[in-house]
Amino acid sequence: MTLKSPLGQARGMGSARKGADLWWLQRVTAVALIPLSIWLMASLVSLTGADHARFTEWVASPINAVALLLAISTSFYHFKVGMDVVIEDYVHSEGIKIASLLFTTFATVLVGAVCAFAVLKLAL
Amino acid sequence: MANSNRPLSPHLQVYRPQWTMMLSILHRITGVALGLGTLLLAWWLVAAATGPDAFATAQKIVGSIPGRFVLLGFTFSLFYHLANGIRHLFWDVGVGFELKAAQKSGWFALVLAVVLTIASWYVGYAMRGQV
Repeated sequence: MTLKSPLGQARGMGSARKGADLWWLQRVTAVALIPLSIWLMASLVSLTGADHARFTEWVASPINAVALLLAISTSFYHFKVGMDVVIEDYVHSEGIKIASLLFTTFATVLVGAVCAFAVLKLAL
Repeated sequence: MANSNRPLSPHLQVYRPQWTMMLSILHRITGVALGLGTLLLAWWLVAAATGPDAFATAQKIVGSIPGRFVLLGFTFSLFYHLANGIRHLFWDVGVGFELKAAQKSGWFALVLAVVLTIASWYVGYAMRGQV
């Protein structure tokens, strides 16, 4: 049973018992990103000035390809959740806020898919 | 308004800047910057997937002076957001909330980020034989 109005639930406003889910997922992705981001930075540094052959060889290693895909999906999700909070804090016009939230979601998924495709193309 | 004398949260503009507050704002700024930085990562990966010529062009742009400044900003943003993010995770389990502890851990996160940034760039330049 819920005391929320159907409109309130449909718009995702107020407590729909989802707030803590996003808060938790932000923490889960944060913890996962500790090793992933350290690995990514170490890898990028080690690839300083790499040519195409060396970079392709690096991505094609199964461990690197899988870790890259994990880093991309985790960081993009983490970014989306964080960016939503920033937008909700600073954008007060309802229309612009919803448009910004939609844009962030679509842009994040699009860029994430492009990154994943590039990694798979190089690795497979 | 029923009661206009209610205490209101002061606007940011009249807040005396505080150390912990600056670090909190920096956490958000670096988070957004990292999001924009992933566009660079995406473009770099796509260039690699396109072929050797596109990758060589991308490497040249990234290695240019403006490109290096952007990369430097990305490096610092990542290390700061990482270090300060770990600070946040400690707060989430209730550790380090006392003012003194929060100020100290803030310094630690910032100094760690600067040190890791310098160390990464030192190694990067060393790999190119430019140190």
